[in-house]
Amino acid sequence: MSNLVQTRAVKTAPAPVWMRSNALAFALFLFFAIAPALAQLGAEGYLLSLVMRVMIFAIAAMSLDLILGYGALVSFGHAVFMGFGAYSVGILMSHRITDFFVQLLVALGVSALFALIAGAISLRTKGVYFIMITLAFGQMAYFFMISLGAYGGDDGLTLRMQSQVFGQDLLGHGYTLYYVIFAAMVGVYFLLRMIVGSRFGRVLRGTRENPVRMEAIGFHPYRYQLAAYVIAGTICGLSGFLLANQTEFVAPAFMTWQRSGELIVMVVLGGMGTLHGAIIGAAAFILLEEALYRITEDWKLIFGPMLVLVALFARGGILGFFRRRK
Amino acid sequence: MYTTLILVQTLNGLQFGIILFLIAAGLTLVFGVMDFINLAHGVQYMIGAYFVYTFTSLTGSFTLGLLIALPAALAFGLLLEVLVFRHLYNRDHLDQVLATFGIILFLNQGVKVIWGASPLFVPVPDLLQGSIEILPGFFYPIYRLAIIAAGLGVAALLYVLVNYTRAGMLVRAGATNAAMVSALGVDIRRLFMIVFGFGAMLAGFAGAMVAPILSVEPGMGDNLLILAFVVIVIGGIGSIRGAFLAAILIGLVDTLGRGFSTDILRLFLDPSAASQAGRAIAPMLIYILMALVLFFRPSGLFPVKR
Amino acid sequence: MKTFKVLAGITAGLGLLASTAIAQAQEPVRVGLIFTLSGPPAALGEQARDGFLLAVEKLEGKLGGRDVEVTIIDDELKPDVAVTRVRGLIERENVDFVVGPIFSNVAQAIHRPIVESGTIFISPNAGPSDLAGAQCHPNYFNTSYQNDQVHEVLGAVAQQRGYQRVFLLTPNYQAGRDAMAGFKRHFEGEIVDEVYVPLGQLDFAGELARISAMNPDAVFTFMPGGMGINLVRQFTQAGLKDRVPFLSAFTVDETNLPAQQEAAVGMYSGTTWTPDLDTEGNAEFVEAFEAKYDRVPAMYAMQGYDTAMLLDAAIGSLDGDLSDNEAVREALKTVEFPSLRGEFSFNTNQHPIQNFRLAQVVQRADGKFATSYVETVFEDYGDVYAEQCEMTN
Repeated sequence: MSNLVQTRAVKTAPAPVWMRSNALAFALFLFFAIAPALAQLGAEGYLLSLVMRVMIFAIAAMSLDLILGYGALVSFGHAVFMGFGAYSVGILMSHRITDFFVQLLVALGVSALFALIAGAISLRTKGVYFIMITLAFGQMAYFFMISLGAYGGDDGLTLRMQSQVFGQDLLGHGYTLYYVIFAAMVGVYFLLRMIVGSRFGRVLRGTRENPVRMEAIGFHPYRYQLAAYVIAGTICGLSGFLLANQTEFVAPAFMTWQRSGELIVMVVLGGMGTLHGAIIGAAAFILLEEALYRITEDWKLIFGPMLVLVALFARGGILGFFRRRK
Repeated sequence: MYTTLILVQTLNGLQFGIILFLIAAGLTLVFGVMDFINLAHGVQYMIGAYFVYTFTSLTGSFTLGLLIALPAALAFGLLLEVLVFRHLYNRDHLDQVLATFGIILFLNQGVKVIWGASPLFVPVPDLLQGSIEILPGFFYPIYRLAIIAAGLGVAALLYVLVNYTRAGMLVRAGATNAAMVSALGVDIRRLFMIVFGFGAMLAGFAGAMVAPILSVEPGMGDNLLILAFVVIVIGGIGSIRGAFLAAILIGLVDTLGRGFSTDILRLFLDPSAASQAGRAIAPMLIYILMALVLFFRPSGLFPVKR
Repeated sequence: MKTFKVLAGITAGLGLLASTAIAQAQEPVRVGLIFTLSGPPAALGEQARDGFLLAVEKLEGKLGGRDVEVTIIDDELKPDVAVTRVRGLIERENVDFVVGPIFSNVAQAIHRPIVESGTIFISPNAGPSDLAGAQCHPNYFNTSYQNDQVHEVLGAVAQQRGYQRVFLLTPNYQAGRDAMAGFKRHFEGEIVDEVYVPLGQLDFAGELARISAMNPDAVFTFMPGGMGINLVRQFTQAGLKDRVPFLSAFTVDETNLPAQQEAAVGMYSGTTWTPDLDTEGNAEFVEAFEAKYDRVPAMYAMQGYDTAMLLDAAIGSLDGDLSDNEAVREALKTVEFPSLRGEFSFNTNQHPIQNFRLAQVVQRADGKFATSYVETVFEDYGDVYAEQCEMTN
């Protein structure tokens, strides 16, 4: 596929005005901030568990949006970073290293390292070859985790406790974990906003549009893409760390290619290349899944065609759909 | 003992590779000619298996069941093409991923609703039952030999079709430059439809052939889909020859790797460590192979020249 | 006057208590069922669910004399999804009992959330070793078996029959490793090879060639679900069934037999129960199940049924009063109920003490395939992890 002759423009929302785009994000954050109060009206633990899950996957989806939406790098192995983050907690916990900060550091470090190695090799390829090679790395990591019999293998590992902050079980109390996840999500959002708006982000987007031109100007796309890949992987590792604390359970099932596919769907569904689209996509995917499930056991019969319809008619995902109606 | 075991395992690898080829052939054509990522190709394989189950149960004969299942799989593929896929040809790969992912969900569930969640049973046709002693002490199921023969037959047919017919020429041209072919006055829509339908039928054929050996169940195509993608990437997208060679290669590497990795490792490590390591490495071999191939040849072994 | 007030107060208090008890007795018992009901393993979840519901139907919609309200949840074999949905069961539906799941990894994920909420958790199938040992908990009961035990049956049989060289084959995950460990507990001969295949592998041509080459006295395998169907059919197609005895667990059960058919006839299986077992109520159960669901019940259905009968007996012994958690646990632990397996009681770790049997696959007169009782291998057998459990009797 010659990039000079046929540039497939990646469908993204047009560059938004600062206030307008972030206004939507602020609205979302407001909702997440007051959700615990709202949840008291219903089955509190269950609803909060659901919302925390949404926020965690929102973080993962945003990290994928960085490379997919802004960089046009379709990684089909992104879920492994969630796995690495989660297993950092699990493995360290089983060796009685329970400190929050140590586990977090390891989670981020391992994810960054794997992203660096996998990215360095994968980014030498383009297009669908890139997709496949990221898938390959994902599968290798997945099979490796399964073979670790000592850490539960395919069955996974139950955590005896959540990460301890300075020796105290702070996360287990009240809404602490909820707001830690919330803070992480908001922090990740603004961090990525900053990255995308910076010169680094512009080079990334320029590379997406036309790598040859970027090289002609003097930038090495490879370095920028690799840096973005490592950042994305590391942030996704963070989401895995949080997931382990939320479910108090880690399993290789967190890292399957189907999960990576679901992350891609979340990003595209919400509207890729917007960051808040990733949050919306994650929320839509998870909440729809739960809601439809309560209606019928065979909810995929409804959900599947919904995805097809979104792909066919809603260009730019949910955000794009609403943007056009205005 | 080992030499005969290796020979039998090679046969097994060949048979696995042939099945992979049948699935990958359709996939590489669709991707090569139409630049369309069809994640739903795995369910087309699954549908072929379910169709052969239904028609064999209705007619009481596997051969009849197979003969009816093939056009049924073709029709089903065309239905999907008309309803969904043809609207996505000009769209971004990601939209195609989204849509085909949705179709996988829908069909995996739909199949469960119609046929139930339990794995289904398709009998091996009487003529092909049993095994023959290909080597002293080693029996090989006749049916698997039949699969190898059928697969090779299809490969030969495809070779003739693609290289010696007008339709094949159009397909090859389309894989190189679809826009040009259209500009030359060929009805590109019809070409796409034919390619797609044929690919679906091939996948359905693979599913039908495999049904008597493996279990027919919802989601049976999902993991094979991934392998099929690995095949076409290694082989080079758009290349049938590449798909054939890559499929055989992967079939052999996977089968021989799984069969002997522990034994080979035992030469270097103690038995229990070798066993651990062997178990860990065996499923990874294909992916390591793909990563290596892409490292040295980023566009696969036989990339279609553009 | 004062006395009157005190008396009135006491009467009012008693009246309130009584009305609460009556109110409770009139409120239905809420049971949450969580099984795998989607994907290929759905067949097992459906059997367990159907067995439970059949019992409830037989008891006219009541357990222990109280109406019962059943909520059914699918865990999709995803532990993290299961955790969220189980929380929904406990907080939204306010269930008194959680019954399920099928798979050990889901059981381990949902164990803590359930038992720590004070809800009683009964596993009618999954029996992972750490929940029987170190992680045992007063709120957790198991009505099936501890996973290792079923495999131990075949180890003992292999030893009894004088097999010297056995080939082991299983998927490479915790349950598979536990299975092999269980087999080796009673088998003292030589393991000629121990092969772990990737989970989900469907084509065993390679492994079968190996078996053919090594020519062992017997094969022991734990190969559940679709993997088992394929292994059995390919094993027979390769001509091995007549040459090598096939010992197995959870491989040739009634959920797989409809797909395996003749290929499985003659193969052995370890179990606690068979459809033709001559115990009280069993024949009626099998007949009712087949009449309603048009398939032969497997162990999973039987265990679902037994769990419902256990609940019925326990709740009945308390006259429907579930307010005292301690009393409920005690009732569950000690009550006698008609198990389809015959002898049944709970060990100190609240796992069953029961008989274990060898079964063989046969084709019945009506053409359907089922397992058939051969002999009893262990009597009143408790699991080996009970001593690691710190709960005292």
